[in-house]
Amino acid sequence: MSRIIKPSMPTVSRRGLIASTAALAAAAALPTPAWAKGGSMRHVKKGFGTYTGEDINLAIAGAHYATGGRSGHAIAVDGMIPGPLIKLREGQDVRLNVTNNLDEDSSIHWHGLLLPFQFDGVPGVSFPGIKPGETFTYEFPIRQAGTYWWHSHSGLQEQMGHYGPLVIEAKDGSDDRFDRDYIVLLSEFTPIHPHAIMRKLKVGEHYFNNSMMTATEGDMSGGERRMWSGMRMNPRDIADVSAPAYTYLINGHGPADDLEYLFTPGEKVRLRIINGSAMTFFNMRIPRVPMTVIQADGQDVEDVEVDELQIGVAETYDVVVTPPDGSHALVAEAMDRSGMGIASLTSHKGHKAVAPSLREVPTLTMADMGMAGMEGMDHGSGGMDHSMRDKNLVPSDVEVGPGVDMIAPMPVDRMDFPGLGLDTVDHRVLRYTDLRSKAMNPHRMPERTIQIHLTGNMERYMWSFDGKNFTSVTDDPIRFGFDERVRVKLVNDTMMAHPIHLHGHFFELVNGDNPHDMHQPRKHTVIVQPGSSATFDLTADEPGDWAFHCHLLYHMHAGMMQVVTVRPFPQEA
Amino acid sequence: MMRRLVALPPLAMLLMLAAPLAAQSHDHPPDKAGEKAKAKEGKPAAPPLTPMAAPVVPLRLPGMPQPEAPPPVDHKAMGHGAMDHGDMDHGTAPAEDAPPPARAMSGPRHAADAIWAKDAMASARQQLKKENGGMSTGMFLIERLEARVSDSAEAFLWDVQGWYGGDIHRVFLKSEGEGEFGGTVEDAEVQVLFSRAIGPFFDLQAGARVDLEPETRSHLVLGVQGLAPYMWHVDGALFLSDQGDLTGRIEAEHDQKITQQLILQPRMELELSAQDIAERAVGAGLTKIEAGLRLRYEIRREFAPYVGVGYEAKLGQTADFARAAGEGASGFALLAGIRAWF
Ligand SMILES: [Cu+2]
Repeated sequence: MSRIIKPSMPTVSRRGLIASTAALAAAAALPTPAWAKGGSMRHVKKGFGTYTGEDINLAIAGAHYATGGRSGHAIAVDGMIPGPLIKLREGQDVRLNVTNNLDEDSSIHWHGLLLPFQFDGVPGVSFPGIKPGETFTYEFPIRQAGTYWWHSHSGLQEQMGHYGPLVIEAKDGSDDRFDRDYIVLLSEFTPIHPHAIMRKLKVGEHYFNNSMMTATEGDMSGGERRMWSGMRMNPRDIADVSAPAYTYLINGHGPADDLEYLFTPGEKVRLRIINGSAMTFFNMRIPRVPMTVIQADGQDVEDVEVDELQIGVAETYDVVVTPPDGSHALVAEAMDRSGMGIASLTSHKGHKAVAPSLREVPTLTMADMGMAGMEGMDHGSGGMDHSMRDKNLVPSDVEVGPGVDMIAPMPVDRMDFPGLGLDTVDHRVLRYTDLRSKAMNPHRMPERTIQIHLTGNMERYMWSFDGKNFTSVTDDPIRFGFDERVRVKLVNDTMMAHPIHLHGHFFELVNGDNPHDMHQPRKHTVIVQPGSSATFDLTADEPGDWAFHCHLLYHMHAGMMQVVTVRPFPQEA
Repeated sequence: MMRRLVALPPLAMLLMLAAPLAAQSHDHPPDKAGEKAKAKEGKPAAPPLTPMAAPVVPLRLPGMPQPEAPPPVDHKAMGHGAMDHGDMDHGTAPAEDAPPPARAMSGPRHAADAIWAKDAMASARQQLKKENGGMSTGMFLIERLEARVSDSAEAFLWDVQGWYGGDIHRVFLKSEGEGEFGGTVEDAEVQVLFSRAIGPFFDLQAGARVDLEPETRSHLVLGVQGLAPYMWHVDGALFLSDQGDLTGRIEAEHDQKITQQLILQPRMELELSAQDIAERAVGAGLTKIEAGLRLRYEIRREFAPYVGVGYEAKLGQTADFARAAGEGASGFALLAGIRAWF
């Protein structure tokens, strides 16, 4: 197969250094040859090339990946992990010809893109999937700008490297304001096959968690410990899969790969941070370099200057930094603080920044149990067990069966919560309440409200919406009328944060008290904090069938998924 | 060469554009309308289903409320500051937890069926269903495989179980038994149980138990297994033998992590009988109690050697039977063994 990459669009000023430069710089320093010597398996090229134009060809194939002391089987697109940066321009048309060279079905979902549903790339919802040996052509106009990404929506392929960044330049040239424009794509590598991970999650008790509460660890009182164990919960249940299995990557580079982002002092550097991981929330910071957030999920927001932000799986944030001369650590610390992805943001080529040490493992609190309103009450007795699963607190369509181990007794909205472990740091941290859409949203009041409960059973590793996993609701989707304005309240009846993603739409986070707020931030993914609620307003103006799911890969695989239908299709005018 | 899948069968595409799907019933895709449309138009339709213009100007459908214009006035001046924000607007509060409007039920049941081959979609949907909550899995656990040393004997013991199934329904296989080194197996049993989750933490299990030693005997089994408050793993069952004898057994164990790898496990086991069973030297009532404390080190999660101490006592009439037979009714033992699973 011959692949033709259209020549790049003329690059403007120093943006010629765009995106993949950092990755290439580091790759050049690696002794690893591009291809394996023995066997037919290709060695992965870390980082990505940049593909532009109206016709883009991508090929999915098995590969071999190695970083630090770990190596294993992977899935790469055009031999790269992450796959190539697809760089488009608002207003263009694109045809993406995707060839599947695996021996199983595959797919690509364009995460955050507004497009006809049949090109959304979810097998079984939007299209039949791409069979081994086949090429599928996605074809749609580009109706937006911003930072997005793409990934497989087949099985657990995403965990194996099948993902990449996607950037759309704005028509108005607003992307030219920066001296450098870099991708910071966060992900994980594991030598363990994802099916083995899934099985261990199902059968082994906290198999990948090496920071569980023990008799010798943590500063919890005896009473608190008894309360948690009385409820059969562990206050250190933060990440289902973490450093014992994962090496955290930035643009495909593990900490041992010394990834470098170069800059010249005084330059304004845009970092397009994409959380393309399967299971990891990251705390992003560059010690001593403030970050100005300018975009969330590809949508422009009013500038907010912060020192750190937590990025949920599948979210994106664009930040601008103006680092002083020197080498600065770009730190992507896993939320459970078991490990980090790290790169050097440096004005001296070859100078490695000093990585900070991992901070103390956070511990869940009463608020994460859904008892934010009950703080300070005496719960040492354990006699409260019944109130942690009160069926009267949920609508009757929530199935409170074996798949639901908890119902949050007093869930509150925690849009102002910066993320587990970041509520106690002494610097500025991004909160959803800081986000203000730059563009004005149309003024629409919700016509109805609905509630969706996020439910689960930690012990059995069951995850669902409203107590019903996807297998049991495949014929009972969440239905919206076309152009209907609905206020959707997500109530998290579990003690894990879930990044909930709706395909094909942007919703507006209800992150303030003003019912007429026309600057609610537009997002495609929202983190619902443990034991809490989060609310968004949705105008269902994209007809078709769309996936709606938790973006923690193994939660989705366990059933935390639904289909949203928007009907009818509009008539041609 | 690259084979290009037909991305959009023009026929189906035209259906989408030309046929008002709103008017179609669930089960009848708009075939005829589509054919007519195809006949009329020669060139393939453009793909976008919705207008590309950024500010979406939605199509108004009959019976739909008109969107409100941006607020024209200063709301503070209108005295909204003190309003409860649950009370959304000027008297037109949204319907709480309301069902979707009628139009949401229109159109094809599965939108993709109108575009792609129906049977290909059906099998992809089946696969998706399996992949998102429909998985089956299983494990095999060697809970105890140990040597026991006491004043009177050097004995061995096994206690294993395996299961396979989904989230709710599983099949369990359990076996335990013991014997003396250099001697014979004194007790051996195998159980096959069907298991159903009856709550978030417990399974109801029913099936059969066959004793191979000391003599072949069959039982019906009804039990519960799960995780009790304070993290106690509990397995309790009633056994009805082919002789009509009813007995019971409760096991409970708790894993206390000392460090991430070092785990102290207290364990209790009680045996009961509803009647005297002379040939097994068992008296009615509480027949036996076992208590153990094991300290294991997880070299890997799946493999942990342990050491421990155990105390075992026959009780009541069962103890009398034992003494009459010249055996000790109670005693301590030092234990060493492995816990493993795969
Ligand atoms: Cu989740």
